[in-house]
Amino acid sequence: MPRREKPKLAVFKLASCDGCQLSLLDCEDELLAVAGEVEIASFLEASRAVVKGPYDLVLVEGSITTPHDAERIHQVRRAARFLVTIGACATAGGIQALRNSKDVHEFARYVYPSPQYLETLNKSTPIVDHVFVDFELRGCPVSKRQLLEVLSAFLAGRKPVVPTYSVCVECKRRGTPCVMVARGTPCLGPVTQAGCGAICPAYERGCYGCFGPMESPNTASLARTLGDHGVDAPGLVRAFRSFNAGADPFRRESEIHEQT
Amino acid sequence: MSRPEAERPAAKGRTPGTAAPRKRAPASRTIRVDALARVEGEGGILVRVRGARVDEVQLRIYEPPRFFEAFLRGRAFTEAPDITARICGICPVAYQMSSVHAMEAACGVTVGGALRELRRLLYCGEWIESHVLHVAMLQAPDFLGYESALHMAKDHPGLVAKALALKKAGNAIVEILGGREIHPVNVRVGGFYRVPARRELAPLAVELAEVRPVAEELLRWVSGFSFPDFSCDYEFVSLRHPSEYPFCEGRVVSSKGLDVAVAEFEEHFVEEHVAHSNALHSRLRARGPYFVGPLARYNLNFDRLPSGIQEAARRAGLPEVVRNPFQGIVVRAVETLWAVDEALRILGSYDPPPAPFVEVPPRAASGAGASEAPRGLLYHRYGIDARGLIQDARIVPPTAQNLRTVEDDLRAFVEANLDLPQERLVWRTEQAVRNYDPCISCATHAIPLRIERLPG
Repeated sequence: MPRREKPKLAVFKLASCDGCQLSLLDCEDELLAVAGEVEIASFLEASRAVVKGPYDLVLVEGSITTPHDAERIHQVRRAARFLVTIGACATAGGIQALRNSKDVHEFARYVYPSPQYLETLNKSTPIVDHVFVDFELRGCPVSKRQLLEVLSAFLAGRKPVVPTYSVCVECKRRGTPCVMVARGTPCLGPVTQAGCGAICPAYERGCYGCFGPMESPNTASLARTLGDHGVDAPGLVRAFRSFNAGADPFRRESEIHEQT
Repeated sequence: MSRPEAERPAAKGRTPGTAAPRKRAPASRTIRVDALARVEGEGGILVRVRGARVDEVQLRIYEPPRFFEAFLRGRAFTEAPDITARICGICPVAYQMSSVHAMEAACGVTVGGALRELRRLLYCGEWIESHVLHVAMLQAPDFLGYESALHMAKDHPGLVAKALALKKAGNAIVEILGGREIHPVNVRVGGFYRVPARRELAPLAVELAEVRPVAEELLRWVSGFSFPDFSCDYEFVSLRHPSEYPFCEGRVVSSKGLDVAVAEFEEHFVEEHVAHSNALHSRLRARGPYFVGPLARYNLNFDRLPSGIQEAARRAGLPEVVRNPFQGIVVRAVETLWAVDEALRILGSYDPPPAPFVEVPPRAASGAGASEAPRGLLYHRYGIDARGLIQDARIVPPTAQNLRTVEDDLRAFVEANLDLPQERLVWRTEQAVRNYDPCISCATHAIPLRIERLPG
């Protein structure tokens, strides 16, 4: 029987912190097993060996913030059989999408003495705004467990099992008392997609939404409840405008409170 | 900044080190490397050689600018640790620590006792995971001639597996104390959201005691590598504490006599913007380029290491002052062993504090904080208003401080090694950059390499 060729995995990075691809290297118990199942064809954070595409599975971390990356992502797409975006930058524009509601040229002048050296776009946008994406994995950073699930699913040719319900479900499952009900702590859990394992409430703080909006979130209702818990309008703008500021439901809700 | 497509790794298949004809000037010879790998972030190196002389060196930073200092304005001072953590997924704890210390300095609050110990414990976790990642997975393959740790694992499976177990123990500290390894959620201005009970930390002590021999083995292993004979006249800069190996406190000192408070940092250090880089380059106002990171910390704080660690360093063949950046890998292994011991010490004497945090009421003020990230000194300064909203932010990451020194190293290193075969020189030059464990995500808030040889 001919030896089956290992599927080729490639990892690319755009504007981001490296944390989501680091999640792969942080799979200490599974890393060598993963490396045995796939050919790591391009993963610059880990290896200087680069194998030519096309690739069976491409993971993309980071958002599009420069004209160059806006072109480059099309090359990446062309080289990818399946393209999976990982993390809040790639799926929603990330924290750098805070520029989207401001003047990026003013930002550039503030940070850099010679902003004319920079080439940057007005908005930080997710990959799906530019090319077709086969699957989006949320999180700032992504969960290792979900990342392994996505890898296994694509290798096995099935759909990844990644729930779209809210963090509240994970809190209940974990047995964490509701921080908003029991302690009056403002929490984005009711509108935020599960996946992290409901860490923040387990550490006695409210969820700050790093996995982005759940499927059909009722952000208006949560905003009223947060208001009842003493969050003022600028506080609501900040709450919805953080690591997933560019995700539509959060962006819309933040804009509503900016006007009040 | 525009750049030729061929320098980029995306969707290109060329292996680093292969020659490609240069289109625009066919008479001259260009050796191109698409990407310097095993660094955090995106950048490139350009070295132009004419005859026996290096004409030009550029460590080019492609990592897109993300403007953290700009969008921090108007955010609550309590958000700084969560937001600045996102500058770097490799060393989020460093950003959290520098930011909370800056905010506490602004508000006139000092955090001591068990909360301070827990912060040190968290930092130990980050040093262990980050150092072991660099030592075993990013840097060691260079010394043994492998493309990556995964290639290396085929010949040294036991060793790589052990190093992963050590790295995992560091991550376990950050996960248990911080909630997760990357972008931990438990750090706040004033302390933590929740402090662990003694029994929650107990498994960490067991795990660390188990991997301590691995840290010793790692140190023995890397000390046996062969190091190119190389050094420049560096000015080392790090924090120095009256009695401890430095994490979050102390004065900013240098090997050429600088000794200032963290609050005076900006009087002595400036950042400049150069055309080929999306990262600012730092220099000492008085003298120019300087060197931060494990080598600097070790050289300036050797006397603050416990005698057992000093002894381990000597056994590994290190002098008290290490001037060869290629030996940085050994110093990282020494610091890893120290961090394991320091974590065990903290765990052994841990008594939960009466409250998880100290109240930090905001006031209109400015405050500076600095801590020793795995890659070196990380400076933050914030101005906040009476409501606690950030008015002004300044962040100086370690890699930006080292960029000038890295470029100087490249110039000296390439000039001294022009007789090496081209492919070997290219790899060694990449390695000279990886000595600094550069974090380009940090520096802007990988590095493609190109060595051009022009006719002499």
